[in-house]
Amino acid sequence: MKKVIISLIMMFGIISSTSFAGTLVINTDTSDAAPKEAFEYIIKKFEEENPDVTVKWNVFDHEGYKQSIRNFLNTDPPDVANWYAGNRMLPFVRAGLFEDVSDIWKDSGWVDGNLSENMEHAKKSMTIGGKQWGIPYTYYQWGVYYRKDLFTANGISVPKTWDDFVAACATLKAAGITPITIGSKYLWTTAGVFDYLNLRTNGYEFHMDLTLGKVPYTDPKVQAVFDKWDELVKPGYFLENHAALSWQEALTPMVNGEAAMYVMGNFAVAPLKEAGLRDSNLGFFQFPEITPGIPMAEEAPTDTVHIPSKAKNKTDAKRFLIFMSRADVQEEINKILGQLPINKNSSVKKGDPFLKAGLNMLNNAYAMAQFYDRDAPAQMASEGMKGFQEYMSNPDRRQKILERLEKVRQKVYK
Amino acid sequence: MELNNSKAKRITWWQKNQVKISPWIFLAPGLIFFSIYVIAPIFVSIGISFYQWDGLSPSIYVGLQNYIELLDDEYFYISLWNNLKWLIFFMLAVPIGLGLAIFLNQIVFGIRLIKSLFFFPFVISQVVIGLIFTWFYQPNYGVIAPFLNFIGLEGFSILANENTATYGIIFAGLYPQIAYCLILYLTGLNNINPEQIEAGRMDGAKGFHLFWNIVLPQLRHATFLAIVVTVIGALRSFDMVAIMTQGGPYGYSNVLAYYMFEQALSEYGYRMGYGSAIATVLFTIMMFYILFFIYRMYRNEREDNN
Repeated sequence: MKKVIISLIMMFGIISSTSFAGTLVINTDTSDAAPKEAFEYIIKKFEEENPDVTVKWNVFDHEGYKQSIRNFLNTDPPDVANWYAGNRMLPFVRAGLFEDVSDIWKDSGWVDGNLSENMEHAKKSMTIGGKQWGIPYTYYQWGVYYRKDLFTANGISVPKTWDDFVAACATLKAAGITPITIGSKYLWTTAGVFDYLNLRTNGYEFHMDLTLGKVPYTDPKVQAVFDKWDELVKPGYFLENHAALSWQEALTPMVNGEAAMYVMGNFAVAPLKEAGLRDSNLGFFQFPEITPGIPMAEEAPTDTVHIPSKAKNKTDAKRFLIFMSRADVQEEINKILGQLPINKNSSVKKGDPFLKAGLNMLNNAYAMAQFYDRDAPAQMASEGMKGFQEYMSNPDRRQKILERLEKVRQKVYK
Repeated sequence: MELNNSKAKRITWWQKNQVKISPWIFLAPGLIFFSIYVIAPIFVSIGISFYQWDGLSPSIYVGLQNYIELLDDEYFYISLWNNLKWLIFFMLAVPIGLGLAIFLNQIVFGIRLIKSLFFFPFVISQVVIGLIFTWFYQPNYGVIAPFLNFIGLEGFSILANENTATYGIIFAGLYPQIAYCLILYLTGLNNINPEQIEAGRMDGAKGFHLFWNIVLPQLRHATFLAIVVTVIGALRSFDMVAIMTQGGPYGYSNVLAYYMFEQALSEYGYRMGYGSAIATVLFTIMMFYILFFIYRMYRNEREDNN
């Protein structure tokens, strides 16, 4: 059924790309409910404001999009496509498939106020080779989601330092509760833990150097990260059998009260609440400090919109990108998404404690990492995450894994 | 006169060669499509394996670099080793299928229904089987969890353990494969010559002896087919791995077919050259097998004809 829909959509795409100027073709991967609703709303609003433009919108299956975008950027380019910031867009930029949109970022006349100023904190992740290649419209925080009631029952307060955090884990473990749940079947969840341990142990600059391939994986500073990780893995503070579970399946122990914490992105809140948790027993805290004095950088993956360089209607595409950068538009779109706007002048959905906490945290963040698989190149990311998963199951293989990752690094970044 | 002559000539040429040419005309559509969609891609793929290419940027010629890297790739050896495990244990489908076929080859009331039920696993999509077995294996709430608890392996996850994951997948893969072999043998058993069995009985053969010396030789064609199908099934075992573990935990249940996909086409892959190199290795292994079996088939048929 899905395939039929996709092929119908693709046929539709082929037909629509041949249509006249004034038609704006937008391809998105927003097949999930909330993102789809958000784009529906935003496209309607754009059409109302720009009556001379007709939008043709093609929704792709979220997973399938990662494959399709490689094809349609070459063969049947839309005028606007959504994607992700950081190294994730590097292959397309390098292959000349994304349009340079630095002029939108530079020219304050385009938008209400200066874009570079309003989105300063996100500019770095949109920049490759000194130019900007798209417009970010939403992001969300990562951190630790926890069961408030389990913390209270065991006399634990929200940990601010690493020692508190490890002590909390020990208390929970002694009480028969799995301290941290994780489902690593699809690997990327392990990278969330690694990123935070590295950001807190060595800081943002070192993390970036590592993901940019400037530092060997056998560096003592990386060893230090794994020393900290050892403190959680060796006593068995993570969920057993995590390699067999997807991230959603690993939510179950937390909902059942068998596990207390999850290092996760804010998208975990919706399924947790659907499963029955409430604001009263579900909480969020910032990943605790490890090395004192290191400024706190956070993990905040950013979603973006781009203009394919082979697009036919670049004028209207630019209008759409500018529209997407506006404070009021980002406010609306993120209200529907339940995520955070990039534009500093947007306000956040009221009454959502997780968004409030996230906004507060990110506004005070020293810097923002995109996530290991967006900051590091694809091959490094895939080998790295495989290594993290292996390490979490076999902490004694650390040295072997790091040496293997170093070998990969030398190949990937040469 | 002149015209007549040339016409006569043309007809003669056609008549002379008609018998030789007409099979090729009939084969032409098949041959053309086979060359375009099967033969040509093999060579193109081997060609790509000498390049470094992400599918978007221009490709760079790297010679044998991909193969050299392959020799130094831990995951490649794990995958190769797993392919070997698949080859060996997947073969169990042949004797088990034969056993079931003999068991079901009797005439009692309702046997047709029972036969079709045994054949059922082969009808279900592999994806569905993979998914269901994944649920079976779930550490805490899967169907086999009570059994694992009973033998003292509480919370043990077959698919999350690097030593058991591959066997878990092979076991799931056997489920439809046994049904396939069963069907091959059931049709084989239908074609057995009852007179030969009768003659054997008269000469005093019974039980295993009768089966081994009289029934099994007559099932030779079914056995041959079952083995070929199972070997190829084992070598291209992709869907089960993709559904059940995606090669995990950390690449320990990977097989060459899936590793190729992972490197060339998955979310973090797009190393077309490297993926093609893996494909070429897999192709070589398969080619050895296939050539060996074709040779045997050819020899057997010649013997039959003599």
